Amino acid sequence: MSGQAIAVPVAPPRVSRPRSTWKLSGARRLLVPILLVALWQGAADAGFVSTRLLAPPNAIAVAAWELIVSGELPYHLLVSLQRVAIGLAIALSAGVSLGLIAGLSKLGEDAVDATLQMLRALPFLALVPLFILWLGIGEATKIALVALGATFPIYLTLFGGIRGVDPKLIEAGRIFGLDRWGLIRHVVLPGALPQALVGLRYALGTAWLSLVVGEQINATAGIGFLVMDAREFLRIDIILVGLLVYALLGLGADQLVRMLERRALAWRPSLIQEG
Amino acid sequence: MAEPVVSLRALSRRFHGPESPPVLDRIELDIAAGEFVALLGRSGSGKTTLLRTLAGLDLVTEGKAILPSRSAVVFQEPRLLPWKPVWQNVALGLRGSAARTRERALNALGEVELTHRAEAWPLTLSGGEAQRAGLARALVREPELLLLDEPFASLDALTRLRMQSLVSELWAAHRPAVLLVTHDVEEALLLASRVLVLANGRFIDDVAVPLPRPRRRSAPGFDALRLRLLAALGVDEDGHDAAAKAA
Ligand SMILES: Nc1ncnc2c1ncn2[C@@H]1O[C@H](COP(=O)(O)OP(=O)(O)OP(=O)(O)O)[C@@H](O)[C@H]1O
Ligand SMILES: [Mg+2]
Repeated sequence: MSGQAIAVPVAPPRVSRPRSTWKLSGARRLLVPILLVALWQGAADAGFVSTRLLAPPNAIAVAAWELIVSGELPYHLLVSLQRVAIGLAIALSAGVSLGLIAGLSKLGEDAVDATLQMLRALPFLALVPLFILWLGIGEATKIALVALGATFPIYLTLFGGIRGVDPKLIEAGRIFGLDRWGLIRHVVLPGALPQALVGLRYALGTAWLSLVVGEQINATAGIGFLVMDAREFLRIDIILVGLLVYALLGLGADQLVRMLERRALAWRPSLIQEG
Repeated sequence: MAEPVVSLRALSRRFHGPESPPVLDRIELDIAAGEFVALLGRSGSGKTTLLRTLAGLDLVTEGKAILPSRSAVVFQEPRLLPWKPVWQNVALGLRGSAARTRERALNALGEVELTHRAEAWPLTLSGGEAQRAGLARALVREPELLLLDEPFASLDALTRLRMQSLVSELWAAHRPAVLLVTHDVEEALLLASRVLVLANGRFIDDVAVPLPRPRRRSAPGFDALRLRLLAALGVDEDGHDAAAKAA
């Protein structure tokens, strides 16, 4: 296939980027990671790296395969995913409600914002001991950690996004007959969305982080448990499989938000040109 | 004569408390139905302040104002909501069924020759197209009073000429009362039936423009009016500050 095949389309207004360019740039981005893995394998085969301390890629692949076939990996993955999902659902409801309350009214801001800013100053992982005392070492603590960590970015960006909406646009909406609810629906919320989606991306990041920490607390299932368990038996390969899964989950979540952004923010002319 | 659409009596506007110098100082203004009024004045003379009062954006605290129930504004910058396609921007705030409002919006876009961009995102419009969309959004409301705050100021000379004749045609077709804020004396004379000059918070000149339409710069009487308005603005023909030169 020649480069000609990727003809520049006569910009249809709703499509942000032509598909073929996407695949191409995806392949290009994968090049360096693949090269690194190949180097790693080569170094292990040549005996430069102790396979006892760092399992080579092929051993990791074998371990991953065995874990999948035995059903262990899917099971633990499901447990971890469930924790993140519940935690994020709580964070989204809390973050969005608080963001709306603080963003849409001065009274709400006075009531909510100062408190949340103070709480935010506290590194939330420092709350682990308290959570364990309050909630025990079961699921509740792990979910609470995920929820707490993810709430702040959602709240902050939504609040900031709402307050950052161009007052001229609000005024225009008002002149053209929108009532308060109409303004919120047609002007304020869509205007805050780009920021809020950035917040969602951050929230997913902190959610994984909290999950990793949470799953080190006396877990009996989940990817974190898999890793801690493997440590007991010095199974470096399984530990690495666990890390790989964490990384893939993080990447997947990021892609999900990007996809959401492409759909919801189609109105933004893309500033980044392919090149 | 019929009731004026706008009627201001001793209207004043201050920004920094009751003792501060007024930006608008006991203004008296009547605009008749269907009258095209241009408002000239130096930068900072209070043109936008007056327009905002007429749009009902600022509350009247000193003096009396009778304003029409239906007015619409086209601002200097288009102020389209970037997340709504052009036609939805035009239909913003209209009441009625979805199909009906869409039809009205498309009709208005047709009048400003923008039908082909109805589904486009506002950020992909050119400056002239965006201002036409803003004009369509104002027209679709069938306003009794159309307020234009330097709507052509950021356009290139050619686009500006086309916009001026478009506004002139639309005014002839719909006959709303118009208040056009502008810096441009010629623009005022090409479009308006009456030109007001604002300085120090008061109208220092109120000139009827009896020239036949369509207006031409070469028409007899055009130049005399132009010089008179430039003098009222305190600028001589070459754009020098007349007061500064006299000093
Ligand atoms: N919201 C405000 N608060 C305080 N001062 C204001 C406000 N709006 C306008 N002013 C002041 O009132 C005066 C008139 O402003 P206005 O915007 O009406 O001028 P203008 O004639 O429209 O000028 P331009 O031609 O540059 O647009 C200016 O001195 C301005 O600084
Ligand atoms: Mg102004």
